[in-house]
This record gives sequence, C-alpha cells and structure tokens, in this order.
Amino acid sequence: MIRVEALTKDYGARRAVDSLTFHAEPREILGFLGPNGAGKTTTMRILAGYMPPSSGKAQVAGFDVVEQSLEVRRRVGYLPETVPLYTDMTVFDYLKYMGDLRHLPNVEDRVDDVLEIVNLGDRANGYIANLSKGMRQRVGLAQALLHQPEVLILDEPTIGLDPAQIIEVRNLIREIGKERTVLLSTHILSEAQQICDRVLIINKGRIVAEDTPSRLQSRLAGSQKVSLRVAGESDGLDAVVAGVSGVLRAGFNSDGSLEFEAQPGQDVRPDVARAVIHGGYNLLELRPVGFSLEDIFMELTREEPALPQTTEDASEGEAAEEEVDQSDDEAK
Amino acid sequence: MRNIWTIARREYKLYFNGPIAYAVAFLYFLIVGWFVYAELRDALEMATFQPYTPSVQLVTGSIMVFLLIFTIPAITMRLVAEESRTGTMELLLTAPVRDWELIIGKWLSGFLFMLTLLAVTLIYPFILNRISSPGIDQGPMISGYLGLMLMLSSLVAVGVGISALFNNQIAAFFVTLAVVLFLWFFRLPTSTTGVVKDIAANINFIDHYVTFYRGVIDIKDIAYYLSMTALGLFLGVVAVEVRRWR
Ligand SMILES: Nc1ncnc2c1ncn2[C@@H]1O[C@H](COP(=O)(O)OP(=O)(O)OP(=O)(O)O)[C@@H](O)[C@H]1O
Ligand SMILES: [Mg+2]
Repeated sequence: MIRVEALTKDYGARRAVDSLTFHAEPREILGFLGPNGAGKTTTMRILAGYMPPSSGKAQVAGFDVVEQSLEVRRRVGYLPETVPLYTDMTVFDYLKYMGDLRHLPNVEDRVDDVLEIVNLGDRANGYIANLSKGMRQRVGLAQALLHQPEVLILDEPTIGLDPAQIIEVRNLIREIGKERTVLLSTHILSEAQQICDRVLIINKGRIVAEDTPSRLQSRLAGSQKVSLRVAGESDGLDAVVAGVSGVLRAGFNSDGSLEFEAQPGQDVRPDVARAVIHGGYNLLELRPVGFSLEDIFMELTREEPALPQTTEDASEGEAAEEEVDQSDDEAK
Repeated sequence: MRNIWTIARREYKLYFNGPIAYAVAFLYFLIVGWFVYAELRDALEMATFQPYTPSVQLVTGSIMVFLLIFTIPAITMRLVAEESRTGTMELLLTAPVRDWELIIGKWLSGFLFMLTLLAVTLIYPFILNRISSPGIDQGPMISGYLGLMLMLSSLVAVGVGISALFNNQIAAFFVTLAVVLFLWFFRLPTSTTGVVKDIAANINFIDHYVTFYRGVIDIKDIAYYLSMTALGLFLGVVAVEVRRWR
C-alpha cells in the first residue's frame, strides 16, 4: 500500500529525510517514532502529495506520489501536524467543503457520519474558531476520514486530546486499521505499542530501528528501570541504592525521586527496599517505570550497547549506530 | 471544473461574512452617485442655453476606473496569501485539486465579487436613462461595461498571482498596488524603437480601456485583457508549484 524507496528530501542545505526505505502492507498500522526534527512530518507530507521528494521514489495505493499525485491524493486521508482549519467556517460547512472538493456523493450524510465518529455531532453548527484544541484535532481527523480513504496518514493524531478521547481515537485507529493502511507518527511509545503492528524509529532522517512493538520492547525487556521516592532526607541515597548488587546505575531525577536500572532478569526491588530502610530513609514509593522512547533512542544510538541484546537484534543495533554516525558526519 | 466552482463559491461567500463587502459596495454607490450628481447639476445649469443629453460616460469614466483600481489589491490580497499563512494550503494541496483549479477558483471568486460591486453602479445608467429622452446612448453603455469587466478580470488575475507569491497579505496588497499603478502610468520614452516598443507600448491598461469607454469594441483590446488574465493566473499556478518544490 505504501512503498518508499531511498526517499530523500533536502530543505536547502539541510537534509530532512535521508534515503528512507520502508513499506506498509494493506491492513497494517505502521507507526513512525522519532525525536523532534527526525523527518516524520516531512516524510508524511511527501506521501500525502503535498510536496515532491528531492530524490527517491514513493508509491501510495499503487500510484507514484510525483507522477500520479492526484490519484494518490484521492486515496489518502491526511491529518496534518498543525491541523489547519478554516476558523471562519462552521464545522459542518468546513467538512462539507472538503467533501465537495472530493466530489463525495451525499456529502451531508457523510459529514454527519464522521461527526458522529469523532464525537462532535453537537458542535456541527459551531464556528471552528470557538472550538478547543482537542476538538479541532478531531475535526481534522473527521476531515481525514471523510472519503473513507484506502490509506490514512495521521501526523500525531492524539496530541492535545484528553485521556478519554485518546482512548477513543486509538480504538478508532485500530478499528480502521483492520480494513485500511494507516501510517501514524507519535512521540508516545506506549501509544505505538498499543496501536501499531509495526514501528519505525527514525532519527535525523534515517531509520534506526524497524520492528514490531513487542520485539522492540523485548530488546529492552531484559532490564528494568525503577523509580524510588523517599520522604524527607535523601542525601546519599543514590550511593546506597547503587551499592545493592544487581543495580546498574542510580541517579536523582530533577523532581527529587531516584531512578535506577537493574541487571537484566533480576528483580532487585526487595533488596533495594531493605537497603533503603536499613539506611534510615523513609521509603514512600518503589515503582517500575517503562523505558521511554528516549531510552530506546539512547540504546539504539549509544556507542557501546550497555544492555545485552539477542544476537540478531545486536547486529541490527550496530547497523543503526553506523547510520547515525554517518549522518552526524554529514551534518558537520 | 467542479472544484473551481466549489472553491470560488466558498471565497465569494466569505466576502460577505464581515461588514467590509457591504461597506465597499456602499462606498461605490455613494462616490459614483455623488460624482454623477455633481456632473449633472453643473450640466443642467448650462442646459438653459442648449439641450443636454447625459452620457453613460459619467459612470464608466475615470471615477469608476479609479475606484476599481484601488479596490482590487484589497480584494485579492487575501485570496492565496491567507491560505499560506494559516497553513490551510496544506489541505488544498493534499486534496485532489489541481493547482490551476485552485488558482482559477480563487480568481473567479474575486472576479465575481468585483462584478457584484460593478453591478451596484448599474443603477446610475438606469437613472440617467430615465431622466433623459430618448435615453442614453446604448453603445458606450455596453462597451464601457464590457471594458470594465475585462479590466477587472485582468487586474484580479494579477492580484491573485501576486497573492500566491506571499504569506503576508499586506505585502501582497502593496505589491499588487505597485504593479497596478505601474501598468496604469507606464509610458515609454518617445525615443524607444523596435520590438521593445511594440510590446511595451501596449502594456498600459488604461489605453486599452479608452477604446471601450468611447464606445468601440476592438478585438485587440479584448485580447490584451484576456492575455493579462492568463498571465496573472499563470503566475499564480507557478507560485503554487514553486511552493511545493521549495
Ligand atoms: N519548510 C521547511 N523548511 C526548511 N526546513 C524544514 C521545513 N520543514 C521541516 N524542516 C526541517 O526538516 C527537519 C525535519 O523536520 P520534520 O518536521 O519532518 O520533523 P518531525 O520528525 O516531524 O519533528 P516533530 O516531532 O517535531 O514533529 C527539521 O530539521 C526541520 O527543521
Ligand atoms: Mg512533525
């Protein structure tokens, strides 16, 4: 459904996307993960037919994004990152306008349907200018769903939504993903884990990892990261925790809590708790924290892998490091 | 084709969203009306000596041209620049709409709006027709309004083309005004000869209007306005393409 080969995009001298190659199959939900400026939005814009790449090829729904841009745009539903909307229109008029541009039959019924899907039925006749950020996000989503596209490209679809809506939108995307191809970007790893069949981690315009969320996680599952909090005095706590056998690193967070990493396959929490109490501290909380996107990033881009990996993964990780090193050099 | 109409309809409606369209229409009504009235009053004072037949040229003359020229930049500045500034351009450029459909749709909305303003002034030829017998001369009436329509078509196209170059409406306004003034006042030094002269001598858009004003419809002048329209729209399409490739 989506086929990308050596896609490259330069903004002047800056390379935003650097020979990206990937594909997405029908009924697949593909997640794009990456830090700010990784090139996610740029790639999605190219796939949505907004702009052509500097070089490389991309096919969406069987059509070339440059040569058959119009055919691609007919088949793609796109939610841009900034969710541009005509604030001087009502929600209904706006969606009807976008539907008219797509020559939808029975636009008005279809608009009612998508408004129902994104839970905005009661705001149909309100001006977009008066909507909250989350509601605007949902109007943008409604616009992307309007023509029941074969391919959905969603740039950070859940940003700015309240928790209830996040859950609804994630469910919705999963539902859509059963019949169509979805490419979405996010900064939230747990989101990618929940909805994506496969995840691409990109950094500086290059793919540094590509796998199913569970396999990506298992790369880190061996180790454990725990947050610890005490009441009152905490001087010397990091030394105490670091002294427990099995603890790899310990350090204070900016909020005063202590975070430590444990040796893979070993639950050191009971030992740590004993040591902390023994040291005279008032233990308040001992909580495992998941590895964040940033952690995975650190892992994938670190000079020497600190965490043991399965052999297959290790080689992949090294390849990723090399790529990142190269792009560092190019930047200089 | 359908997209052109969809876009034009939205933009046209938007002109009437605020009070500005009504204010401008009222201004046209008032200024042209006052001008016609002043002319008539003077003429009628003299008319005791000789019979006076008013002419539609009172309406289609310099005051109208003047008004239209200064309204155009304000009407066209928003059309594309605003979409670029707010980011809604991303929606249009990822919708199955061809770039030229977008530009022509924008142009059509501005053109139709200007025609609406022009239509408001039709009341004065109508009045003149009623107060004189056997009525005003129909020739200059038809050719004059045809000329004004063609002039509007070309100026709106130039305005849309320039609007597509900018993210900022104010910049689009001043550049459009500058270009229109240039096309208005441009005169060649008399010493110029050759091809430059052949082309440049025809640039001034008022010269082409004067024929219509006098009651003559010349294919050369029609061709001039149509090619200016095409040129403006072409500029707009190229600007959009460039925006994509940047
Ligand atoms: N219109 C533009 N002109 C010039 N450079 C740009 C433009 N858009 C993006 N870039 C650059 O391209 C790189 C990739 O940007 P992009 O927006 O694709 O990142 P992203 O992965 O979407 O980041 P984020 O997570 O912050 O949304 C950045 O270095 C950015 O500065
Ligand atoms: Mg982005």
